[in-house]
Amino acid sequence: MNKILIQQGRIIDPANEVDRVGQVYIADGKIVSVTDEPEGFKANKVIDAKNQIVCPGFIDLSTRLREPGQTRKATFKSETLAAASAGVTTMCLHPDTKPVIDTAAVAELIRELADKADYPQIYPIAALTQKLQGAELSSMLSLKQAGCIAVGNANQPIKNLLILRRAMEYAASHDLLLMFRPNDYWLGNNGCAHEGAIATRYGLPSIPEAAETIALDQCLELAELTGCRVHFGQISCKRSVIKIHQAIKYGMDVSADVAIHQLHLTENDMAPFDSAYHVLPPLRTEADKQYLRQGLAGGTLNAICSDHQPHDIDAKLGAFPETEPGVSSLETLLPLMLKLVTKHAITLEQGIAALSQNPARILRLNSGALTPGMPADVCIFDPELEWQVNADNWKSRGVNTPFWGQTLKGRVTHTLQAGRVIHCLNETN
Amino acid sequence: MTKAIDNLQLNAEGKLKHFITIEGLSKTLLTEILDTAESFVGMTDQQIKKVPLLRGKTIVNLFFENSTRTRTTFELAAKRLSADVLSMSISTSSTSKGESLLDTIRNLEAMFVDMFVVRHGISGAAHFIARHTAPHISVINAGDGQHAHPTQAMLDMFTIRQIKKDFADLRVAIIGDILHSRVARSQIQALNTLGAAEIRVIAPKTLLPAHVETLGVNVCHNLTEGLKDIDVIIMLRLQKERMTSALLPSESEYFKCFGLTESKLKIAKPDAIVMHPGPINRGVEIESSVADGPQSVILRQVSNGIAVRMAIMSMAMQPQGGMQ
Repeated sequence: MNKILIQQGRIIDPANEVDRVGQVYIADGKIVSVTDEPEGFKANKVIDAKNQIVCPGFIDLSTRLREPGQTRKATFKSETLAAASAGVTTMCLHPDTKPVIDTAAVAELIRELADKADYPQIYPIAALTQKLQGAELSSMLSLKQAGCIAVGNANQPIKNLLILRRAMEYAASHDLLLMFRPNDYWLGNNGCAHEGAIATRYGLPSIPEAAETIALDQCLELAELTGCRVHFGQISCKRSVIKIHQAIKYGMDVSADVAIHQLHLTENDMAPFDSAYHVLPPLRTEADKQYLRQGLAGGTLNAICSDHQPHDIDAKLGAFPETEPGVSSLETLLPLMLKLVTKHAITLEQGIAALSQNPARILRLNSGALTPGMPADVCIFDPELEWQVNADNWKSRGVNTPFWGQTLKGRVTHTLQAGRVIHCLNETN
Repeated sequence: MTKAIDNLQLNAEGKLKHFITIEGLSKTLLTEILDTAESFVGMTDQQIKKVPLLRGKTIVNLFFENSTRTRTTFELAAKRLSADVLSMSISTSSTSKGESLLDTIRNLEAMFVDMFVVRHGISGAAHFIARHTAPHISVINAGDGQHAHPTQAMLDMFTIRQIKKDFADLRVAIIGDILHSRVARSQIQALNTLGAAEIRVIAPKTLLPAHVETLGVNVCHNLTEGLKDIDVIIMLRLQKERMTSALLPSESEYFKCFGLTESKLKIAKPDAIVMHPGPINRGVEIESSVADGPQSVILRQVSNGIAVRMAIMSMAMQPQGGMQ
């Protein structure tokens, strides 16, 4: 029996309200104890976590690994290595792969790819509609049985509200969570930047906040009508936070996440036409950023996601509006979360909860905590260790990050997935 | 942000290297462009219209979007500076075969080009080319998407200075489709840098970008009110597709509200001048009698375009030894 002892780390486990120095005992892939040494426990591997933080492995609600279909950008192999090195032990995959995750066969293929990459905890999100075209329902039940954890629209707006209503009714019938990125097709108007001073100065096609808030409102109304559980993904603006807060106060069962870069960058950070900053939803204003941070601290936004989108070099080489949106962001997830703690925007406990306990609850997963009996998904990190974002340290195939070249603080030293060490900083270096 | 654009456009000595946008350029530099253009104006009237400033240099006009006026004046300007000029329309050739913008540029670089004059339908294209082209090549922006058209703005400034002498007391109205206009964005930056007293944009909300006031302008939705005390009237071209995309109800309603007629012109100062970057839509944004009238300087703008583009091209080549 494989037994691991993690000793002398500062254990932070928000779900169990634990924050103390101690030992974590793991056997057979599961947490056995975080208090007393189990009787007769003989570890065959000991991890010294002195001066480090031991917490549940991170659960990322929004990633793209580019496989199947776009292996020139990234592969399961490259991106699962990146995830492991970032302390991420579970990933949800958007359905906008090629082909789209709209049949059981594609979902099964993804599970196979995950197994092949030795990183089984990848959950596909099924397309809400066939080919993500917003016209016909996908076979949600078959997709669920093939391992899909939820249904979603990826970045594709649903133009027809009747279709959205029916899709939500059908998802609710099978108790499927809808992971919805609110984005009105018409108001979005193929824009690439926030409708503000910067887009106006540079003549960039722009996206108003209303493209998000109106779609959010409509989806909230339909959640009320259909009883569908909804999780809003990649919220970008102040007024969305207010609307979600009101819905929760009203008693609705909704949750929401925010992409890590939205908590740090604004439209003003965009160097002129620098495609590294081309993201969707677009980087918005300082006021929006502050409000997103408050939403996170206040619990309206429950989760932080990486919204990882690795790209090949060519995808970002062009005039800004013609480049592909997205940031390769798994590996900066932890240091950027810690930066929020340093800036007193959130507590360390809140940050860890937003990356583990809360996404687990949203997905109804039996993980996200160091509770005995749960799979031993563990992240051990050194909060003081500085590292530079450069080719030597980077694992993802996509180098499209606005943080390239920067020195960040906080680095994962060990990652355990179901009791298996899938990353060890000193061994891999 | 301004800093990064500065760095791109100017060389280590602060001289013009690329000309992508007015943003970040100093009043001194803009004035130097106008003064240099002045020296070329007299010359273009002479029998022999050429100077040898760019002899032996190769300039490629790279037009990814159609243009007659801008391309012609750039071509003439280059020829009068004794450069070898090649004009290419790429809208339908390479890009439709899937060649990327960067590949097109690399191929032309391999033919020992010294300067690209670029027009492109996407905002940021000229900036992108300047950032990625070989270090000895200068890039002049001849209009990119809705971002900038800085040579047009400079020839407009040149024309205004010729007539009004000084910018300090000037009130300028820019009328029409500001939202889609790269010309307007560059004019506003140039006028602000040169110290105009007031810039007013006059248009319905559908043709103004969000937060337009952040560009440093006053906003007005009524032409009759907006023309009061105005010294310079700049009309913008109205594209027909604005009607089909629900930005305006009809040409006739637009003309009724924002078209410049003889009677509306009387509201402005009596010595106000009327400008238009062309091509004009008679009866849509401007009445024929105004376009051809005594206060119109539209054709003078076109002639000045050659001298101003000569000035900018020769200045941008100067660090590479183009001008002794």
